[in-house]
Amino acid sequence: MTSLLEPPNQVSPDAPRPLVGGERPPGFIADRAFRIVAVAAGVLVLLVLALIVYATVSKSADWFSSEGVGGVLSTTWEPSTGHFGAGALILMTLIVAAVALVIAVPISIGIALFVTEIAPRRARLPIVFVIDLLAAIPSVVFGLWMLRQLAGPLADVYGSVHDAVGGVPLLGDLFGDPSASGLALMTAGLVVGIMITPIITAITREIFATTPVAQKEATLAMGATRWEMIRGAMFPHARSGVVAAVIIGFGRAVGETIAVALVVGSSQKLSANLLGPGDTMAGIIANQFGEAAGVQRSALIGLGVVLLVLTIVVGAFARWVIRRSNRRMGLAA
Amino acid sequence: MSAVPTTVAAPGASILRPRRGTGARRFRSGLATTLIVLAFVVALVPLVAVVWYVTKQGLKVFSWTFLTTDLPFSTRSVEGGMGPAVVGTIVITLGATAMAVPLGVLGGIYLNEYGGRSRFASLVRFLSEVLTGVPSIVMGLFVYTFWVLRVKEQTGFAGALALACLMLPVVIRTSEEMLRLVPHELREGSLALGSRQSRTIRTVVLPHAAPGIVSGSLLAVARAAGETAPLLFTIGAIQTANWSLFSGTNTALSTQIFGNANSPFLPAQDRAFGAAFTLILIVFVATALARVVTILYTRRTSGAS
Amino acid sequence: MTDMMAATPAETTIADVTDPGPGDSSVPPEPTGPVRENVFVLDGVEVRYSGVRAVTGVDLDIARNEITAFIGPSGCGKTTVLRSLNRMHDLTRGAEVLGSITYHGENLYGPKVDPAEVRRRIGMVFQKPNPFPKSIYDNIAYGPRINGTRKRAVLDDIVEHALTRAALWGEVKDKLKSSALSLSGGQAQRLCIARSLAVEPDVLLMDEPCSALDPIATARIEDLMEELKEDLTIVIVTHNMQQAARVSDRTAFYTAEADEHGRRVGRLVEYDVTETIFTKPSDPRTEGYITGRFG
Repeated sequence: MTSLLEPPNQVSPDAPRPLVGGERPPGFIADRAFRIVAVAAGVLVLLVLALIVYATVSKSADWFSSEGVGGVLSTTWEPSTGHFGAGALILMTLIVAAVALVIAVPISIGIALFVTEIAPRRARLPIVFVIDLLAAIPSVVFGLWMLRQLAGPLADVYGSVHDAVGGVPLLGDLFGDPSASGLALMTAGLVVGIMITPIITAITREIFATTPVAQKEATLAMGATRWEMIRGAMFPHARSGVVAAVIIGFGRAVGETIAVALVVGSSQKLSANLLGPGDTMAGIIANQFGEAAGVQRSALIGLGVVLLVLTIVVGAFARWVIRRSNRRMGLAA
Repeated sequence: MSAVPTTVAAPGASILRPRRGTGARRFRSGLATTLIVLAFVVALVPLVAVVWYVTKQGLKVFSWTFLTTDLPFSTRSVEGGMGPAVVGTIVITLGATAMAVPLGVLGGIYLNEYGGRSRFASLVRFLSEVLTGVPSIVMGLFVYTFWVLRVKEQTGFAGALALACLMLPVVIRTSEEMLRLVPHELREGSLALGSRQSRTIRTVVLPHAAPGIVSGSLLAVARAAGETAPLLFTIGAIQTANWSLFSGTNTALSTQIFGNANSPFLPAQDRAFGAAFTLILIVFVATALARVVTILYTRRTSGAS
Repeated sequence: MTDMMAATPAETTIADVTDPGPGDSSVPPEPTGPVRENVFVLDGVEVRYSGVRAVTGVDLDIARNEITAFIGPSGCGKTTVLRSLNRMHDLTRGAEVLGSITYHGENLYGPKVDPAEVRRRIGMVFQKPNPFPKSIYDNIAYGPRINGTRKRAVLDDIVEHALTRAALWGEVKDKLKSSALSLSGGQAQRLCIARSLAVEPDVLLMDEPCSALDPIATARIEDLMEELKEDLTIVIVTHNMQQAARVSDRTAFYTAEADEHGRRVGRLVEYDVTETIFTKPSDPRTEGYITGRFG
């Protein structure tokens, strides 16, 4: 009897199928090949990330070895004297990111609530589309606009702010002597804040949309106002999701480059004066890498490594927050 | 409540009247609602402002000649256009798309159709997420150190490589999500006819997910077209149009904007705005196209059920 | 052949049983016609998902050119057993099929067996009609095409033949190019049957094929099954006992019972000629289910 189940083209069912050559069932090789190609595409992600780490770390080794830990973390970045400390840049990057988050987080949560709770159902899709458009505007266009239209007026605003609170301790430090050009840490924080708003909005919107209707209705049925419902039913549900969104937004803010490079003022001297110029890691790479050589070049690549590590840590942390909250809510990770 | 006639509002007349203290609660809710609406309006301001200002400034120089003329030799010059940058943006973005989209779709296929919940697939999914977060400037540094230093030449291809690395995780994610939406019954229906898995994926699963993947990829292309940081050190600079991806340096709209933005000379600034207007146009058209594909897609599938 | 099957006469249909046979009615009628030929023989079949037993202890033979119905409450494993017959479980991560299933005497899960070939010979129709989002023509031609038929004229013939056998040709012959998604539920299900027929299967597995259909569409599918049985072997899972009684030659009754760990596991309770299952079931659980549902 001829085997019915073995692939056609088999002459005899008893003859063992040759492993190499010989006849294969139709589509068998194509099936295997396709699978291998797909798996390879998955492996590619690993490979790219590994290469990024390898290439940047190996090319910045000079910086780490010539400056040492102390030199790398020092707050002096002076190409003229051969000092390449990242400390000031790291701190000012964090300042810009913090300003951006202070601006973007409340607005993003507001937009997310607007879309999920307040806007008429028919308007939701267009609103989401508009926010997507904001995300689509290139960083360099934002930078150009900020530099050419807003920096001047902002300088005046900074002047009044400084006059108003300059005498107050602490606040006076944060709002110190304003930069005459309007190029300042604050300006950079503002533009980065605009640019990370769409991503934070998108994530919080998804989280808010998953609040169980039953919980919202239960709160309303007890006589809660809309705001009490949002606070009582939606915020507890969404808390960790919003935290994750903020973390992801922070990661984007830290890496934001071109707009910052145009408006931050490019001063590498450590300063917490929001109204004065500063610089960030990404910004200085964009501005100095083209003309840099030797240790400066490897130091700039080293800043890239610091950025990379920061974003990987931030990404892993965000994921951990999401997984933990999913587990708490009884969803599969 | 003041509009209610006093005869009806007599004490105890209606049990549905607000209780004491409700006024403050309602005020707080109303205030919160106002702030929420305000947040949306505030977000619209930069969008409208940037589009309006860039359009206004850009239209001063924008014309067909502007899009096709070579760059001026001196940035002071009023002459010259953005032709080479338009060519560069097109060539580099297409190059990146040709690399990232097929590989990204295959990656999505691996994650959704083969990997599933396996350990390795979870790792790939996680690393893909990490890759999404890698700053674009780091991608530029990576391609510079890994590729440009090796071949000792800045080319459009190097820029395309950097953009492709940025697009890859986005396309993978979109593809996986769209493939997940394909009903399982369709896969089973095909397999039950004796179709192999790869064939099922190619002939039944992918066509079903295609509109979503196309739409997501278009968004990724739009983002890539506007990227500056990955191109800064990878493509070099050139004054005339270079249609070749692989030989010779190139330029792009985004890097031209960056270069001219800080120029003290007004003609250079005008050219920056002209380029910015062109870039916004490209990006918005691609985004709108993606939206149209999505809408047509939802109409098709909802009409089917 | 198991003992159980040896005791049941071959080639028995409802008509045979209801016919007043010669002699004592308590004696099973003598087999008539050709000897009953088994397509599937299941021996001690158990299916597990991630190590958890879903159904266990299934022994049965499924005969050629008969309609075999699987009935039982939900969660009893009837669909699970059905899907093990064309190796659909291969696609579910963590699913294992234990015991032995032979198809025309061959081990269905043998190391050299090609699952794609298994599924080409053993077609399946699903609970929810699942036409591909392609034209009606392309839906039917899909199977022949993957098996290498490219010639337009040949495909045209196959499409017409399959649609005719599925009693759909008259309704769709003028709109073969329109989307299969435009068909009604009953038409879509017949399209899916036609699609399966186009690859010339030997067996058709049907997983509650009428559960999403109205009574008229259901009746058409049932008539169709009667016709198809001339050349095919059909195994149908149904939650509708009247349907099992109407169309099937033999019926297997499954139920779910708690095992020693308190987990519910599906089991085969009784397998016999349909008439017997519905009139004189030997197991009280079968009787309880039948009467409980039939009232």
